[in-house]
Amino acid sequence: MTPKKTLTMITHRSIEEGIAMEIGKQSREYYDACSIIEMNELDMLQMDIEEGSPVRVVSECGEVIVTAIIGKQELSPGLCNIRQGVWANQIVPCRTQSTGVPQFSGFPVTVAPALGARVRGARELIFESVGM
Amino acid sequence: MPKILEGIGCPYCGCSCDDIKVVVSDDGKKILEVENACAIGTEIFLQATNHKRLTRPLLRQPDGSMQEITYQEAFDFAAKAIMKAKKPLIYGFGSTTCEAQGAAAQLMELGCGILDNCASICHGPSLMAFFDNGHSTCTLGEVKNRADVVLYWGANPVHAHPRHMARYAIYPFGFFKGNGFQERTVIVVDPRKTDTAGIADYHLQIEQGKDYELFNAFRMVLYGYESDIPEMVAGVPKQSILEVSKIMKGAKFGVVFFGMGLTHTDGRNHNVDIAISLMRDLNAVSKWSIMAMRGHFNVAGPNRVWCWTYGFPYCIDLTKGDHAHMNPGETSTIDLAIRDEIDLFINIGTDAAAHFPIDAVRHLKKHTWITIDPNMSMAAEVADLHIPVGISGVEVPGIVYRMDNVPIQYRKVVDIPEGMLSDEEVLTGIVNRIEELLQNQAYEVDEKSQKGLDVIPITSFPEAYESVGN
Repeated sequence: MTPKKTLTMITHRSIEEGIAMEIGKQSREYYDACSIIEMNELDMLQMDIEEGSPVRVVSECGEVIVTAIIGKQELSPGLCNIRQGVWANQIVPCRTQSTGVPQFSGFPVTVAPALGARVRGARELIFESVGM
Repeated sequence: MPKILEGIGCPYCGCSCDDIKVVVSDDGKKILEVENACAIGTEIFLQATNHKRLTRPLLRQPDGSMQEITYQEAFDFAAKAIMKAKKPLIYGFGSTTCEAQGAAAQLMELGCGILDNCASICHGPSLMAFFDNGHSTCTLGEVKNRADVVLYWGANPVHAHPRHMARYAIYPFGFFKGNGFQERTVIVVDPRKTDTAGIADYHLQIEQGKDYELFNAFRMVLYGYESDIPEMVAGVPKQSILEVSKIMKGAKFGVVFFGMGLTHTDGRNHNVDIAISLMRDLNAVSKWSIMAMRGHFNVAGPNRVWCWTYGFPYCIDLTKGDHAHMNPGETSTIDLAIRDEIDLFINIGTDAAAHFPIDAVRHLKKHTWITIDPNMSMAAEVADLHIPVGISGVEVPGIVYRMDNVPIQYRKVVDIPEGMLSDEEVLTGIVNRIEELLQNQAYEVDEKSQKGLDVIPITSFPEAYESVGN
């Protein structure tokens, strides 16, 4: 059985994402900066996930394949971060608590290894989602 | 010989640094070097003239391809789409000038739609808390000259506001802080050991989503109930809370900078609300200010412009013409999108396709989507009409509001590519086209009634119809 774990996800800006965004959202730099999930090393060990391998992240409203890395800015066990952008927003819930702001941080996701799965590009993800 | 331009404003984050030096080629068309800006700001300047830009609008054809059209044709398409829509929405403005934000207000008044800006998905809850609880604040100049305790709560300026610490908060030599960082205590509250936490004197590694509890613990200490605090609050040991409380009470001039860590998580506006209450308590014994770490260089601008126009900073419903009302949750972009109330979406100076949850994008894309943006963003990729414009702060001058609501006049660095227009000119062009169409419509109705023909009553835009003098 594939090991999987429920973690609390947050999504925030990073300087790598900021620079890549200005180069272009279809650039290699943007793909490398944003199509990753940062986790605690212990969580990755428990799920048998190697750094640099693809994982499937499922939330209450969707799923996305991203590359797993050990958090560059250390996260506590149980917490994971996909940098703000196209990949994170595939799974961010729209609920706003009547404030207009979606639940960008602090929602449960299930993470599991997805060996062999492909991490798709930004344009491909959005076009498929909106039926273009 | 290349020209060196000094005192240029940076079109990236809410720091709105206005000390940038830019070296421009002798023909004034290419940006060669950038000094003083952070890595992201530098990239914005260099990318502006580094690659071939789209210079004319693109309209989606029935086969899905995009075809180049003139600006006038684009104005006509946009004007008719706005007139046809029951509830159009214009959203974005983080990377536009205040002049464009004023023009957008005029457009939505005429089009009877919704006016919203990026605060709707970032610091909107902060603005709601300011309504409810007021807030004691200051300018970044006062922080530089006076602050001896700086607290970042749910903010990571090393990554999101790269020069915030260097230019305003921690490292600069201020009038009363001649030794810069040696005279300041830095506290960071964040669930991650961020790079900002790495340089702090105190890092309180809070459990994600437990901000309200930790604020409450600090308030309990200030009210003398420290013996009632449990050994751990929100993952932070009681001892750390007592130590940091002592520093906060002893501050001569303290400032809290808070970020998305408070507004994107459970509690939203209530987290900011209690942060303000803590400031009020601290101000009984010390001197404290609080400030939101605004994201874009002019995301505070629309809040100012629309406040003096309508009395509301964002989420403004103008569906009744010039009668405005605001109610986040009801008139906010994400909520309207999810309820499928919007039948025309105009994205300007932001990238909603990349930065909205995909469910909201899916709903908005069911109807006509217009993007006004200099770059081929994701919002431009999915748009039915993409109107390219000059880059504000690089090719287009204008007023911007820094995160402390200080207005700054930005200058242009290079000329806008030939034949291209600014955001303001595009929005004004659409306004003019709607007025023309309304006048023609009114003339046709008048002519038909004189000839005794059936008159089709104008049911939409009654206020706009009156406002053009009929």
